[in-house]
Amino acid sequence: MDIKQTAVAGTMESSDVMVTVKPASEPGLSIHIQSNVLTTFGDQIRAAVEAVFADFGIRDAEVFLNDKGAIDCVIRARVSAAICRATGEGYNWKGEDK
Amino acid sequence: MIINAVGRELPEKIGNYTVRPFMGIGQAKDDLPVVVSKRRPTLRPASGTKLLPTLEDAIKACGLQDGMTISFHHCFREGDMVIGQVLTAIRNLGIKDLRFAPSAVVNIKNPSVTEFVKDGTITRIEASGIRGELGDAVIDGLMENPVILRPHGSRPRAIESGDLMIDVAFLGASAADEYGNATGQIGPNACGSMGYAFVDAHNAGKVVIVTDNLVDYPCAPISISQQYVDYVVKVDQAGDPAKIGAGAARMTKNPRDLMIAQRAADAIAASRMFKEGFSFQTGAGAISIACTNFLSERMEQAGITASFALGGIPAAIIDMYKKGQVRVVACSQSFDAVAAKAIVECPGVIEIDNAVYSNPYSKGCMLDKLNFGVLGALEIDTDFNINILTGSSGEMMGGLGGGPDVADGADISIVTLPVVRGRTPSIVPKVFTCCTPGTSVAMVVTEAGIALNPKHKYYEELKEDLTAANLKLVTIEELCELARSIVGTPKPIECTDKVVAVVEYRDGTVIDVIRQIKR
Repeated sequence: MDIKQTAVAGTMESSDVMVTVKPASEPGLSIHIQSNVLTTFGDQIRAAVEAVFADFGIRDAEVFLNDKGAIDCVIRARVSAAICRATGEGYNWKGEDK
Repeated sequence: MIINAVGRELPEKIGNYTVRPFMGIGQAKDDLPVVVSKRRPTLRPASGTKLLPTLEDAIKACGLQDGMTISFHHCFREGDMVIGQVLTAIRNLGIKDLRFAPSAVVNIKNPSVTEFVKDGTITRIEASGIRGELGDAVIDGLMENPVILRPHGSRPRAIESGDLMIDVAFLGASAADEYGNATGQIGPNACGSMGYAFVDAHNAGKVVIVTDNLVDYPCAPISISQQYVDYVVKVDQAGDPAKIGAGAARMTKNPRDLMIAQRAADAIAASRMFKEGFSFQTGAGAISIACTNFLSERMEQAGITASFALGGIPAAIIDMYKKGQVRVVACSQSFDAVAAKAIVECPGVIEIDNAVYSNPYSKGCMLDKLNFGVLGALEIDTDFNINILTGSSGEMMGGLGGGPDVADGADISIVTLPVVRGRTPSIVPKVFTCCTPGTSVAMVVTEAGIALNPKHKYYEELKEDLTAANLKLVTIEELCELARSIVGTPKPIECTDKVVAVVEYRDGTVIDVIRQIKR
């Protein structure tokens, strides 16, 4: 699965996160986080983003998060939605049944 | 290092400041000497005026010099235009190295207080809280001397004990006459109660009234009396009415806040102390205003009225007064235009000195008579210790205000807060900054239930009353675990050894210190 275009998911509301996924300009996953809880939860936010990309099997992308205090499940959902939009592929809902 | 009664590690000395550790409530071993004051008898010529043309003239007439202490009140809140003008005038005169000791540092802009710290006009700050730009700068190590933070009740004590001797007090007033009688209750920029100005007026070496509304002698009503005032200066504007508190705060629509507010009102109504003639203080946050409205409903249902409401007063309490639900509203501060006007309009709505409101080192403050106090908080821990100063990343978020005073003074103090805010847990194993000792907190009300403090003096009676009312009781540990399960465990905030602020308790002992954040 490849990132074909720039795509966005999420909002700037409190407890949400706005995720932008772009095709990578260089190999690898480059994650940029803006967050009001960066000092206390930055590592956990980064880990959540990396886990979603690993699940999708995507190695190369540029990701921007404008986080307003989203919890992990929200971050995973927004990143997944942004990836689906950026790859143009539908979400594998059957995976949820496992 | 010393460890105080709430388990905080404190240095023995911070620069010239000697740490007296917090020993527990009512444990301070003060020998309580005679009250000290900088006020001097002054024989004035019988004729003449105290009116001076400019702030510079008044500053010179007061003999303000490098290293002295100046004070202000915060009754104009964010609409204050006195502090900026006075500090600018002081800077123009080249006076430096001042101790800046307002009752609270409001977040004024253009000019901001930070500018005067950077240029050396101010080198020490003592207040109830610092926030905004100044707070951020201080926590990043802007100042060499630590900021001393005191709750409202402790400021009059500090002034009268000599810990905080004020050389010159600059007191903004929305109306004053040329001989120094002043008030905040009338005029285009009325702020209501001037409760935080009295102790300064009574004890400063020199007192300057700064007003934008000079009225014929004598000014009426009189809050600050001419006998305490040295000079009067008229400026173009002393306050911005839009920021002093334009209208009544609207009832929140946030369903979680409403649920917490309703539950807090239910807890009050369930207590056996909720009876004819009870007293309360609810404050001005979103949950507090909603709680006030729910409490009004519960009182109507029960057919009882309150003897008094206390503290900073919002329109919601004035509504209750007008409905005959509260006999006396004692205002140390007025939080909005409705409350500001009410002091003039309603005989039972009275202005009170902050010392009468909250100073435990007097012959009695009104908090001693308070049944229920509703408090907000940024964080509370499993020992019920409260943090009302520092936010999720260690940043300065608020002020102590009267929080520690109300918790201790009220029979039943109720902390209202949501379990999490965004990704920040509000119920934690250990608060980042301890401001109020947990032993003074009776209960925590959240959307997930009410946690009673087993160490509080009214625990058994509250447990019985709240259980009988079918209110959902949980333990503080359950709330803490719930918060953790939602947001995860935050990484601890790293600090350097440099103390940027000292947090004093009501008795002047040190309950905690705030250290510089490591970047």
